[in-house]
Amino acid sequence: MWKRLYRAALRAKRNPLTVTGVFLVAVFLLLATLAPWIAPYPQDTWLVHPKERFNPPSTKHLFGTDELGRDIFSRVIFGARISLRIGTIVVALALVIGVPLGLIAGTFGGLLDEILMRVTDMFLSFPPLLLAMAISATLGPSLENAMIAIAIAWWPWYARLIRSEALSIRERDYVEAARAAGATWGRLLFRHVLPNSLAPVIVQASMDFGSVILTSASLSFLGLGAQPPTPEWGLMINIGRNYFLTHWWIITFPGLAILTAVLSFNITGDGLREILDPKAERW
Amino acid sequence: MWMGPHATAEQIERAHVELGLDRPIPAQYGIYMSKFMRGDWGISIVTKQPVLKDLARYLPASIELIVFGMLVGFMVGIPLGILSAAKPGRGVDHASRVFAITGVALPSFWLAMLFQLVLGKTLSMFPLIGRVDLLVEIINPIRRITGLYVVDSLITGNFAALKDALWHIVLPGLTLAMYPLGLATRMVRTTMLEVLREDYIRTARASGVREEKVLTVYALRNALGPVLTVGALTFGYSLVSTFLIESLFAWPGLGRYAAKAIVSVDYPAIMGVTLLVAAFYVILNLGADLIQAVMDPRIRLS
Repeated sequence: MWKRLYRAALRAKRNPLTVTGVFLVAVFLLLATLAPWIAPYPQDTWLVHPKERFNPPSTKHLFGTDELGRDIFSRVIFGARISLRIGTIVVALALVIGVPLGLIAGTFGGLLDEILMRVTDMFLSFPPLLLAMAISATLGPSLENAMIAIAIAWWPWYARLIRSEALSIRERDYVEAARAAGATWGRLLFRHVLPNSLAPVIVQASMDFGSVILTSASLSFLGLGAQPPTPEWGLMINIGRNYFLTHWWIITFPGLAILTAVLSFNITGDGLREILDPKAERW
Repeated sequence: MWMGPHATAEQIERAHVELGLDRPIPAQYGIYMSKFMRGDWGISIVTKQPVLKDLARYLPASIELIVFGMLVGFMVGIPLGILSAAKPGRGVDHASRVFAITGVALPSFWLAMLFQLVLGKTLSMFPLIGRVDLLVEIINPIRRITGLYVVDSLITGNFAALKDALWHIVLPGLTLAMYPLGLATRMVRTTMLEVLREDYIRTARASGVREEKVLTVYALRNALGPVLTVGALTFGYSLVSTFLIESLFAWPGLGRYAAKAIVSVDYPAIMGVTLLVAAFYVILNLGADLIQAVMDPRIRLS
């Protein structure tokens, strides 16, 4: 295990882009967890200062202040925390729905498989952002509903992925042997098929963090996700759209934060895939 | 909502019956679907117009924008991908790879605002919002034929309006171009690298065919199949992106209609837009698969 990790790290070192991505992801995680201690004005997630409105970036306020006089630098840092929470919850939720369904479909096949796959077909015929929009518009605008909506749009991908893995694994000799030895179906699923088909799904899930963050920011920008005064990046840009032509810093820094976060997760994901599967395309 | 803010309880009750909200949900769904099939997509709560009519009115403006964006994206992305594959690992390759990854990770609504801020306001190169200038429209009214201003003004020889329409489409069009650009670069590069390893390329090179011709004629032809799929995919993606950026540019298209419908919880309109975009998405994907099968005899439809 450690030897493999070490070898993977050695391989990653040869690709400077991946190293940058991993570094940025680490910074993002650090900011997210330590936000209350790093942010210079942690109370500015909710406290307003009417006298400090629209201050341009300065040494006192690195990214300037917004329309309510709140420090944008602090809010961007707290935004990392919110994005991390969104990414984690959405991906976990999608995995919880997708993995069991895909596993069952792939292992047992037959009519059940047919039905489950037609259901995923239905979901996959919508662009994910559109489906997430439609669902969260129906549920009503709130961050929780947006997360549920994104997860609902996301799980079919995981179901598909794990199904195709399970399909190939159930044909292996050791599964055949276990079945012949009289293993119960539960043992077959959890002991033999699940552990051996999980790896690609885990990789995919960690790669999806970037897309999930971008999707939730887009929903918030439309007014469907986080609600004020949450320091969510997409929402900050949505509110800033009324002021940005005269106060450029209001939207510039939250947007840079989204771009950097999404980019670093995508680069890391690509690198991860390349390390685990050296035959895959190199980017 | 439907009856206005000062409706009495009795009026609300009547509206419930009128809108069919007193029926059970499955019955409501059945009624919607049967009307939907007959071309009655319901009535928008905001515009009080039939949804289908609204969609027909707003769709052309979005199509114009998306086609412009995709043209720019592919016209830049494909050459970039070729250059990248021609000299892998060199400066051009690194630059275009970074560019491609960034293009896919950019929040389009933020990019739109940056364009407005820098190219529109600070440099005053392009108009901030709208499809044509009001003054231009009054002096040179565009006759509506296809609903695409650029095409209509070109057909009718209305060059003043054509110039103005092109001027207005640049910023929102460039914003939409980023995603297809990134994806096309990436796809062309990957498939070109694969194709360039094939024997027939080696044969062509050995028989003295110039490298430019090998790249643009022999290799590119076989690398374009997947790009078609990307085209279909990005069209659907761009349609959804218009939801985010059209309101910023006050572009009277499907996206602005959808964004408004979402904010005002206009269910018939939201459902209509969703189903229309999904239909586009499915049909385009199917079309791309079919064309690819025709182009590449190795693919067999089962």
